[in-house]
Amino acid sequence: MEFFVTLVQVLDSTIRLATPLLLACLAGLYSERAGIFDIGLEGKMLMAAFFSAGVAAVTGSVWLGLLAGIAASLLLSGLHGLASITFRGNQLISGVAINFLASGLTVLIAQSWFQQGGRTPSLFGEGRFEPIEFPFAEALSGVPILGPIYAELISGHSILVYVAFLMVPATWWILYRTRFGLRLRAVGENPAAVDTAGVSVVGLRFAAVAICGILCGIAGAYLATALQAGFVKEMTAGRGFIALAALIFAKWRPWHAMWACLLFGLLQAIALRFQNIDLGGVVIPVQVMDALPYILTVVILAGFVGKAIPPRAGGEPYVKER
Amino acid sequence: MILMKSLMGAAAAVALTAGAALAEPALIFDLGGKFDKSFNEAAHNGAQRWADETGGTYREIELQSEAQREQALRRFAEAGANPIITMGFAMADPLSAVAGDYPDTKFVAVDVTWLDAPNIRQIGFAEHEGSYLVGMMAAMASESGTVGFIGGMDIPLIRHFGCGYAQGAKAVNPDVEVVANMTGTTPAAWNDPVKGSELTKAQISQGADVIYAAAGGTGVGVLQTAADEGILSIGVDSNQNHLHPGKVLTSMLKRVDVAVYDAMKAGENLETGVFAMGLAEEGVGVAMDENNAPLVSDEMKGAVDKARQDIIDGNVTVVSYYENDSCPALQF
Repeated sequence: MEFFVTLVQVLDSTIRLATPLLLACLAGLYSERAGIFDIGLEGKMLMAAFFSAGVAAVTGSVWLGLLAGIAASLLLSGLHGLASITFRGNQLISGVAINFLASGLTVLIAQSWFQQGGRTPSLFGEGRFEPIEFPFAEALSGVPILGPIYAELISGHSILVYVAFLMVPATWWILYRTRFGLRLRAVGENPAAVDTAGVSVVGLRFAAVAICGILCGIAGAYLATALQAGFVKEMTAGRGFIALAALIFAKWRPWHAMWACLLFGLLQAIALRFQNIDLGGVVIPVQVMDALPYILTVVILAGFVGKAIPPRAGGEPYVKER
Repeated sequence: MILMKSLMGAAAAVALTAGAALAEPALIFDLGGKFDKSFNEAAHNGAQRWADETGGTYREIELQSEAQREQALRRFAEAGANPIITMGFAMADPLSAVAGDYPDTKFVAVDVTWLDAPNIRQIGFAEHEGSYLVGMMAAMASESGTVGFIGGMDIPLIRHFGCGYAQGAKAVNPDVEVVANMTGTTPAAWNDPVKGSELTKAQISQGADVIYAAAGGTGVGVLQTAADEGILSIGVDSNQNHLHPGKVLTSMLKRVDVAVYDAMKAGENLETGVFAMGLAEEGVGVAMDENNAPLVSDEMKGAVDKARQDIIDGNVTVVSYYENDSCPALQF
């Protein structure tokens, strides 16, 4: 029974840790499926984290904070689109630039607004996303097995967690069941064909990059206003890159992306719960658990477990034939 | 041509005297950044106090990456800054490489005690003694009999903190359980409040009801989550009691500000060598103010005061983690 309680707690932690990864991973999925590589996920999340916390601290409303975070992330997305779609620049370099830009700008603006050394003041009350308790969660928590699962695992997260997990079927439906999704995928595989069909390649790609910006904005706001109560410099701590690894691990498919993010979240949660794991004489140090997401991604990329084939036109700016 | 030469000479002489007159101190912050509400901010406060009192100016830089360490040292040394104050254990290697090249410049190394150079003032804090005192308070305040420790990056210095804390807790209650976790093994572990929160929740679910955070910016998440979940936390380095009044039991003070202030005040006549800042020198201590007054009982205060005196008198010895790279009270 004690094992079961621990298990539920670890899984609960997994969901909290996987949510920012999942949002960023889906963001990357839209962008990369449309043929725009985006390693600026980290920077966009960081920017959104700062602006959501900053605006929530000033106005006292977390919803205005969320909007500000999304707007900030969209702005960086627009920059990425301008550089890599309109001016056909190198997408990787533009992404790196966005990461640097966000890392520096957030601290600079935070210092000038709040004079607290690149931090925002602590948020409280309406300035934070509070956990949502589902009906009967308290009453049902006494029921064996199902009670704790409902009360702890499913209920009691902030609304952004449910948004993130609802985005998975939504993304699947948009990509595979709508005309927009078909064209989006086509523009990542063979933009010339889309162009021949009379659909704007540039427009589609900008739409994809914008969706990416919105999702990264929600991810950043979740970090700063739901998981935490304020912004701390570099608080994304590499989550944008783990999300990219999850995207490759999932081979650019929405449902797989969810499982990949949950797996990576689970690895983190286990590493946080148990410092060193003793498996009948063999001790697995915590560092191995921390490195495992990257190791798994390399294994997938090396082709040991299936093959990860990126969208064919990914990374290539589209030039109309003359 | 001769005129030219004498002109150049005069210019050089002016430059030299100007350099001598302008020997202002320099301060190099570690990667945590100047306003980390903790270690580096304490240094900033000390330097600022010196500047306000004397009207002097000092140079400073916030390091952004490992590669800048040696570069920053050489820059300041070439520019004639004296003394040059560095923060953090990671400056040890760059210092040992650079100090020999500038024998007339005095360097100050906070948290470094093992270098062999005539022109470095090395300051080691007895963090284990201060941590021992907050460990005692944690064990006395705990109702569950389990207390937690959350470290930042897994380095000997942080284990040193945790080790003193565990010894203090066990001195009060030999049966107390100490849950210890490290945030990570890379410098990112100093700025990951999200992980700090998750670690706090994990420790709470293991029964901890007082948690000591020695983790830089990550500690912000620990203190926040502890306050949200209704348990007590303990801050570190600077006085963090005000961050969540009534929810932070105390803070383990590391008077980096005093060390920096003293070094700047001494200026070029700084004494070099290895200096220890322990309880006796008031280099470490526990923070008591109006924010945590309701949390600290008279009994607790009495016990802490007695232990402080015992440690200073040598009646109680707190084992340092550095002695044999292991801790008698805690398994990492």
